Amino acid sequence: MNQPTNEVQSIRKIIAASSVGTVIEWYDFYIFGSLATVIASQFFPKTNPTAALLSTFATFAAGFIVRPFGALVFGRLGDLIGRKYTFLLTLIIMGSSTFAIGLVPGYQTIGFAAPIIVLILRLLQGLALGGQYGGAATYVAEHAPPGRRGFFTSWIQTTATLGMFLSLGIILITRHVLDPDLTKSISKFNSWGWRIPFLLSILLVIVSVYIRLRMKESPLYVKLKTEGKTSSNPLRESFAHRSNLKMVLLALFGATMGQGVVWYTGQFYAQSFIENSCKIDFDQSRTILLWAILFATPFFVVFGGWSDRVGRKWIMLVGMLLAIVTYRPLFGKLLSTADEKNKTEILIKQEINTNLKPIAGTQNSLRTTITRHFLDKGMVLTETKTDTAYADPGRATVKPEVKVSKLLGTTDYWTMIVIVFIMILYVTMVYGPIAAFLVELFPTKIRYTSMSLPYHIGNGIFGGLTPFIALLLTTIYTGDKLVGLYYSIIVAGLSFLIGALYLRNRIDSDVNN
Amino acid sequence: MNMIKRIAGVLWIIAGPLAIYYLVKTAVAEINRKPLIDTKIQWTVFVIVFIPIAIGIVIFGYYAVKGEYDHLPENSAEITD
Repeated sequence: MNQPTNEVQSIRKIIAASSVGTVIEWYDFYIFGSLATVIASQFFPKTNPTAALLSTFATFAAGFIVRPFGALVFGRLGDLIGRKYTFLLTLIIMGSSTFAIGLVPGYQTIGFAAPIIVLILRLLQGLALGGQYGGAATYVAEHAPPGRRGFFTSWIQTTATLGMFLSLGIILITRHVLDPDLTKSISKFNSWGWRIPFLLSILLVIVSVYIRLRMKESPLYVKLKTEGKTSSNPLRESFAHRSNLKMVLLALFGATMGQGVVWYTGQFYAQSFIENSCKIDFDQSRTILLWAILFATPFFVVFGGWSDRVGRKWIMLVGMLLAIVTYRPLFGKLLSTADEKNKTEILIKQEINTNLKPIAGTQNSLRTTITRHFLDKGMVLTETKTDTAYADPGRATVKPEVKVSKLLGTTDYWTMIVIVFIMILYVTMVYGPIAAFLVELFPTKIRYTSMSLPYHIGNGIFGGLTPFIALLLTTIYTGDKLVGLYYSIIVAGLSFLIGALYLRNRIDSDVNN
Repeated sequence: MNMIKRIAGVLWIIAGPLAIYYLVKTAVAEINRKPLIDTKIQWTVFVIVFIPIAIGIVIFGYYAVKGEYDHLPENSAEITD
């Protein structure tokens, strides 16, 4: 009677220890992305073309290209020296790099060294991220009892979303608490406060390293090691042997490729779309995502656990299919909810404020006109026009720069939360069972290497590039605001077809063979 | 079912070169349209990253045509080569 209870307690500890570290790694990775604009102004000034070039490299190279390399480097290490020490190493690399970014002096202080150091640290972050997930998923799966692998590994699947939740939450809180006056607080945050989320990482990492050091090595890996059956060359065995390479390709094209785009569309592109295409206020666009994540996260565990009974394949594929069919109507609804043309303005409440700020060395002024339009359903649309007011009355002002920001009323705000919740629900369907699915696809001795690569190509490249490719499509085909979704729809569609045709729905009862 | 898997393999083999062609064509057109350093980097990254993946789908299609996916391995003993 005691043995199963002890087993459950033991696996709970393993999940908690693995998950805490993995949440922190995702947190570390996301804060750079979430603070990209502030970081760019501190380290990559647009006035210096080479610094701007490094900025583009930092965004693309570290976030996407380096991740599969991290998967190869640390996956190989995990199969050679063990899971425990490898993902401990990735955690330390990730945490130290994040902390170090918080300490790097800005471009104004140390010049060109600043963007170069930040780029190197960002590359290290990408490498570490490429190594961590496979380790945590493999570690938990190799401890999980047969028949409950989907349920137990699904806790690891919640970590990426929780890491994002944590990063958004800490950024929002930090932006608001640096001064009682919100405008001053934001200004302080942009000047130095942005470093706090980075520096905070070291505390989280110390706690996590302490927890992980107390963990034991995976029992399946220990058994292999004792029997002398570990792989001597995991990379060759994973990718140069036809019988395993075909499974790597199947995992990539039939599952992780589609899963990656559904994940990045539901969380990242949705947030960027709400902020940039719907023009929703900075804080509100983030709290919409925070609420949706909060409500949807338990479903990772629901679908992971369910996959132990009905198989992994169809839960993942139905998630992809729902995304393919409903993305356009869902994003269309986001647009129409935020569209002021669907609302009536209460003209009597309109506010106009004009501010003139002299431009040094001239008689001209910088004119900022802020107009607040109050619409029904509680929407407040703020239009900020900036232009130059010339002292010479004969000189016509150039076209003003116009920025629009909308604050939604309660009903529209919750409508958007529900829409994003539905999209994250699809994420939980495709992502909840995938760790168990990948673990069951590969043998223990090369599992870390074999599952990490398709995962990080699927998520890092296909998924990670989603917001950029979607944005590019909208600049090429300007007539349709939803055209960016075709990238996700086509990739997920292809993955659905391949998955439906070639994947099997078998649940592997013994991952030790 | 196995016949469909093999026939679909031809589609995946064709999809690879088609994807590369479309990608390179779009990259060249976009760089010519907006010859900024950001555009060049973005499209160069896309081309470099997606070409190996397109080769991957050709290999996947080849395996499908050869019937490699008619039966998927159920344990390590079946991963022999």
